[in-house]
Amino acid sequence: MITLKINDHQVQVKEGTIVLDAAKGLGLNIPTLCNHQDLCVAGNCRVCVVEQKGARTLIASCATPASEGMEIFTNSLKVRNARKHIVELLLSEHRADCTKCYKNQNCELQTLANEYSFGEHIFLDLVAGQPYNIDRSSPSFSKDDSKCIRCQRCVRTCSELQHVSAIAVANKGSHQKISSFHDRPMSHVVCTNCGQCVNRCPTGALTEKTYIDQVWDAIYDPEKHVVVQTAPAVRVALGEDLGYDPGQRVTGKMVSALRQLGFDSVLDTDFTADLTIIEEGTELLTRLRKVLVEGDKKVALPMFTSCSPGWIKFIEHKYPHMLSNLSTCKSPQQMFGALAKTFYAEKRKIDPSKVVSVSIMPCTAKKFEADRPEMRSSGYKDIDFVLTTRELAVMIKQAGIDFRTLEESTYDSFMGASTGAAVIFGATGGVMEAALRTAYEIVTGRSVPFKNLDIIPVRGMQGVKEAAIKIEGTKEEWKFLEGAELKVAIAHGLVNANKLTKAVSTGKASYHFIEIMACPGGCIGGGGQPIPTNIDIRKKRMEAIYVEDTGMPIRKSHENPEIVAIYKEFLVEPNGHKSHELLHTHYQQRESY
Amino acid sequence: MKNKGLSKVDLIFESIDVREVLTKAFAMTSEEIIQQILESGLKGRGGAGFPTGLKWKYTAAEKEPEKYIVCNADEGEPGTFKDREILDKVSYKVYGGMAIAGKAMGAKKGFIYLRGEYRFLLPQLYVELHKFHKLIREIGYDFNIEYRMGSGAYICGEESALFESIEGFRGEPRNKPPYPTTSGLFYKPTSINNVETLVTAIMIMKMGGAEYVKLGTKDSRGSKVFSISGDTPIPGIFELELGMGVQEFVNEFGDGDTKAVQVGGASGFCVPRKKFGETMIGFEGVPTGGSMKLFNSSRSMYNVLHNYLEFFTEESCGQCTPCRVGCQQLLLGIEKVKKGEAKSTYLNELVKLADTMKVASKCGLGQSVGNAFRSIVENFREEVIY
Repeated sequence: MITLKINDHQVQVKEGTIVLDAAKGLGLNIPTLCNHQDLCVAGNCRVCVVEQKGARTLIASCATPASEGMEIFTNSLKVRNARKHIVELLLSEHRADCTKCYKNQNCELQTLANEYSFGEHIFLDLVAGQPYNIDRSSPSFSKDDSKCIRCQRCVRTCSELQHVSAIAVANKGSHQKISSFHDRPMSHVVCTNCGQCVNRCPTGALTEKTYIDQVWDAIYDPEKHVVVQTAPAVRVALGEDLGYDPGQRVTGKMVSALRQLGFDSVLDTDFTADLTIIEEGTELLTRLRKVLVEGDKKVALPMFTSCSPGWIKFIEHKYPHMLSNLSTCKSPQQMFGALAKTFYAEKRKIDPSKVVSVSIMPCTAKKFEADRPEMRSSGYKDIDFVLTTRELAVMIKQAGIDFRTLEESTYDSFMGASTGAAVIFGATGGVMEAALRTAYEIVTGRSVPFKNLDIIPVRGMQGVKEAAIKIEGTKEEWKFLEGAELKVAIAHGLVNANKLTKAVSTGKASYHFIEIMACPGGCIGGGGQPIPTNIDIRKKRMEAIYVEDTGMPIRKSHENPEIVAIYKEFLVEPNGHKSHELLHTHYQQRESY
Repeated sequence: MKNKGLSKVDLIFESIDVREVLTKAFAMTSEEIIQQILESGLKGRGGAGFPTGLKWKYTAAEKEPEKYIVCNADEGEPGTFKDREILDKVSYKVYGGMAIAGKAMGAKKGFIYLRGEYRFLLPQLYVELHKFHKLIREIGYDFNIEYRMGSGAYICGEESALFESIEGFRGEPRNKPPYPTTSGLFYKPTSINNVETLVTAIMIMKMGGAEYVKLGTKDSRGSKVFSISGDTPIPGIFELELGMGVQEFVNEFGDGDTKAVQVGGASGFCVPRKKFGETMIGFEGVPTGGSMKLFNSSRSMYNVLHNYLEFFTEESCGQCTPCRVGCQQLLLGIEKVKKGEAKSTYLNELVKLADTMKVASKCGLGQSVGNAFRSIVENFREEVIY
């Protein structure tokens, strides 16, 4: 233990504790900007400087470990003056277009400006009248350098959490900026559109591309039938943007709110999550049969999940030789889109050209996915608009809905019914758990051998998880799997995905089935989720997901009555002709820079 | 403080028998070598002036088996060109100094980070390095030196940015602590020393710390190589004993019309004529890495300051706010004042900003911008405004 004094109060902290956290322990808040709980220490914004007795300069409290006998002053005049100067300097290089900014009132720089910089600015405006370019090339997000304060959170996110490094620091001095390979537009680099940088940008420099106005237009167009689907992870996070604490489930209120916004039909991505399990589970078992029984050398194992569009783009860029390992299943969003303009339109007797399909996603990469040319198998653009959790919250606020007092209601039908297996898609390991619940039962006719169907080994925040399930007592047609051990792995966050994929690619690890989610924690930590994010918030969202699962009357995808019905009425059989036409896709190699 | 006046010495460029010095040094223990350096009172010759003996002692005390000796030859301070001359004339003494440092600290590997613009020196430096490696094998000692090239960024002369650069990353200073002596190059204990420091170290080993300490003053021991430029009839490189005042210096090198001397380059201090008599050159007065620039009455100190600020605006690495934005504000600020677009009292705000940069910047670059700014604005305020 280390004893130090902060503002004349003695405090004991563990060795290695930074001054910032030591102060926090005393209830002293030191402002920060470049610091982020998920990222390595940068110490470059200097907003958190404090005075250390005897030191020649001020010290960055986020980057300095507490040491024995240290005397710190967090609020001396010297500190306040320096901090005011630093905030003013940041404001002088920031195009403070606050009233027009998407991040207005949700901007960490603005908050600091409120505290430190009211009245006339001291310094000259460095951006006024300067030309600026906004990179709008990505369908998922915009990058506006004129609002960038060079804290490098995005750069660290992209390299440390995602191992993508689509953005990096370029140039020096006054020309320093966050840029891409050869300053290419973001749509033409390895960016996976995961939006993790957007989640961590303290200002409005990185924001998702919003399609709110287009959705309002569609809602108010009497010609159009607007269907909306909501992803599993949205219901456990939306509340955060509407005044709730992290970890609150607002499923019923969210459905009511969507109905009040004017969507013609409020449906659930969970339905197609269940469908994904049937299709993907069948695909896995078929691959296993082909490899193990027929000795087909062309069939690739392990099979990777394909629900996460950030992960898809990552593998397309970085491991194109492994594309055949990807499940051909579309993501639940895109399965939904394809069905909305075929099966759903038919069933409701609506002209599919009049159907506008909107999805509410915890994800920015879903915007890119919806734009992929492969995603038009209904004959139309399968998903017209993708909104993030944050955008939905904006719409709810715009409509003046008092979210807290809303009655809860349930999803419409058809394509609104779901199971506990579907909702856990929102957390890392969830797809794996859902798939195992179904695949094991297909093969053996019995439930997975875990208490309450909770497959604990695949859950949790560990970066790479592994599990093995011994298959015993198989049905006759799956005899070839008798006694086999199904080896699975799960990774979340692309840095972990990269480790796992590399291990598989180089033959250092072997599995049958691998679930990968691009974002830390899975979709609950998605790039479209409420800001801020950190490990505690993600854990709370994850807990909420599993509570939601436990509370569902049906917890296995193949028991979803609407799933049973859709195969009877429309799809005929899993991986059948119709499925391949609508629910499966292919991938493309992309450049590696 | 005692002004010893100006006297020329010849230690750095003096020819020596390196084999003899090295054989002598390698026969000593690590503690004995460090003791000699401590006794000599040598302070780093790059400009910051950290006691070399302490740096070696701290590095030697680290338990880590892998350690590095790094020679900082990224001579980038405007007006400094002595390391080029040292490498050109006596590189074998630099290599020898590194080997002695290696012996003192238990390091087997040395890197020389050479300024990108000095690439033309490399062929000859390699010839000498080859000879040195042969010599060291003959003596029966194990120490290996490699060159790494800079690419023209001033910031890469900052020790931790230099490590980042050698490691192949963007040259940006690291947070300190930890200091290089515990976590330096490749995050191993590292002693990073200026070219001249290492040559001085080998001379101290040759003559003994007790002999060397006779040169200079209490705070500034020994002699120093100066790079003299500007309005002087005899520009060039001169080795002078420390302990002289600016006045003696100007008497020797000035052109009779010297109005100011910029001591220590762009990051140093500007000494105006009226303070020549009271200002010592060295750690008791104005410290310098060797850059001495003389200005006569034909020079506009506004232009001098403007030039320095342009330099810093360009050469800041850009990662920390006070330095990246502060430099731009200072530059734009004096331009506005000069044009009459900002009040002359705005200079007071800028001086305060320079003070903030001094205490809040991440590394020595941002911390020292205020030196030149403050000393020029305070001493030549009218020139800056009108």
